[in-house]
Amino acid sequence: HIATSLPLPSERDHLRPRIDMIVFMIDIKSKYSLKNVEDSLAHVDARFFLGKVCFLVTGVGRVNCCSVDMNAVWKLGENYCSPVLFCELELEGTRVATAQRLLRMLQICAGHVPGVSALYFSTLM
Amino acid sequence: MDETVAEYIRRTVLKIPRDEIKTMLQKWGFLSETQLQTINFHQMKDNISQDVVQCCEENSASIKQAAVLDIIYNHSYPNKRMWSVYQMNKTEEETDFFDLTDFRKKFKRHLRSALKNVTINFREYENNAIWIRIAWGTPYTKPNQYKTSYVVYHSQTPHAFISPSVLKSNLPLLCQALVVASNYQDIHEMELRSHSLNSLEDMVFKRYSQNFETYCPRPLQESTVAQESAAGLRIVQENINEKERIQRVNRDTFGDGPQPKLEFAEYKLETMFTSDPKLEVLDKKEPFRCMVKFHSPHLLESLKSLAPAGMADAPLSPLLTCIPHKARNYFKIREKKGFFPGSFVSP
Repeated sequence: HIATSLPLPSERDHLRPRIDMIVFMIDIKSKYSLKNVEDSLAHVDARFFLGKVCFLVTGVGRVNCCSVDMNAVWKLGENYCSPVLFCELELEGTRVATAQRLLRMLQICAGHVPGVSALYFSTLM
Repeated sequence: MDETVAEYIRRTVLKIPRDEIKTMLQKWGFLSETQLQTINFHQMKDNISQDVVQCCEENSASIKQAAVLDIIYNHSYPNKRMWSVYQMNKTEEETDFFDLTDFRKKFKRHLRSALKNVTINFREYENNAIWIRIAWGTPYTKPNQYKTSYVVYHSQTPHAFISPSVLKSNLPLLCQALVVASNYQDIHEMELRSHSLNSLEDMVFKRYSQNFETYCPRPLQESTVAQESAAGLRIVQENINEKERIQRVNRDTFGDGPQPKLEFAEYKLETMFTSDPKLEVLDKKEPFRCMVKFHSPHLLESLKSLAPAGMADAPLSPLLTCIPHKARNYFKIREKKGFFPGSFVSP
């Protein structure tokens, strides 16, 4: 499910399955995306922050267009005890690799991998 | 043939992209087909231009013919110049029958009576557009062919598009000559400027696709189909209602067709600065002067894509969306009492 911000529209509540993982995407070129993520975090139930939340910073291939303060992003990861991943969507290689990573994390969050719990993701920080 | 004319023709040919040179010379019609056959259009541009000048020597070209070539070049590539829009008006309602010869005579006479050293050329194009090229001199020097003004006058309308030369002092004289020759009473500049002459014409003559009020409450089905085809049906857009609303509002504001091409919009603010009175900033009760300028290779298209890209709320501010309707891109915003007082004073 893709959303532009939280909270999710309530009229679709009955159509939504259980949410196993939330990936917050921050575009390094847009200060607005960071602000949007910070505002949306306030609407997330505290139980998600036990390994079911992850921050994905995109657009890292274009460092010269960076307008987001990286310290702020690291701090965000620390404050919410969630890992921060980096990716460049325009390059197929990193895009596929990141997708596979996220998929693996999702499997663990959904409980499909026996013996591994989402709480282990704190080691990724 | 005069050396200056030869040099001018050579430089004009050099401006033309190599693939277009032959067609443009054919449009010019000054060199015969046999002469054109003798020129190799696949060599370096420097050599092509030398060959062209050679042929012109054989035909003894004068500045008049060279000026026509310049007009043809500027008609094909009008976007290299900056154009301003002017509107003329007169009080009597009777519409005189437009006579081109009469217009030319009066225009030339008025200009020449004030300034002897000018080169004036006319060329008619489709849609009743008359292109006028003026090269300015001074009472003591010959006209400078490299510092030209262009006027595109649509004879069936009160509008003229002027691309002034760098010698700005000649502009009032030019405007006067235009008014006198076209039997109007006065002329004023509209607050509209751009490099794209076609877009200016589209905006002034309302030829772009405008939005119309649609009374159909249900959104059209095509938009949803397009979104679903992307990347499989397993992606669920949570905010699809909002996205569709934005598309609808955007379509209502901008219409479906391509937007006229503008490079900038300038807003001059003369509003009072409002802040916390405790800060004691600007205790003088004077308007706070400030200018906001939007630059873009294609301003209206980028405004149109702001809301769908998530960078602005839809609907956009009417200050931005009124640009094509009001046919202006210079605004003065004053206090209260409605927005733009519609000042026609050029900034």
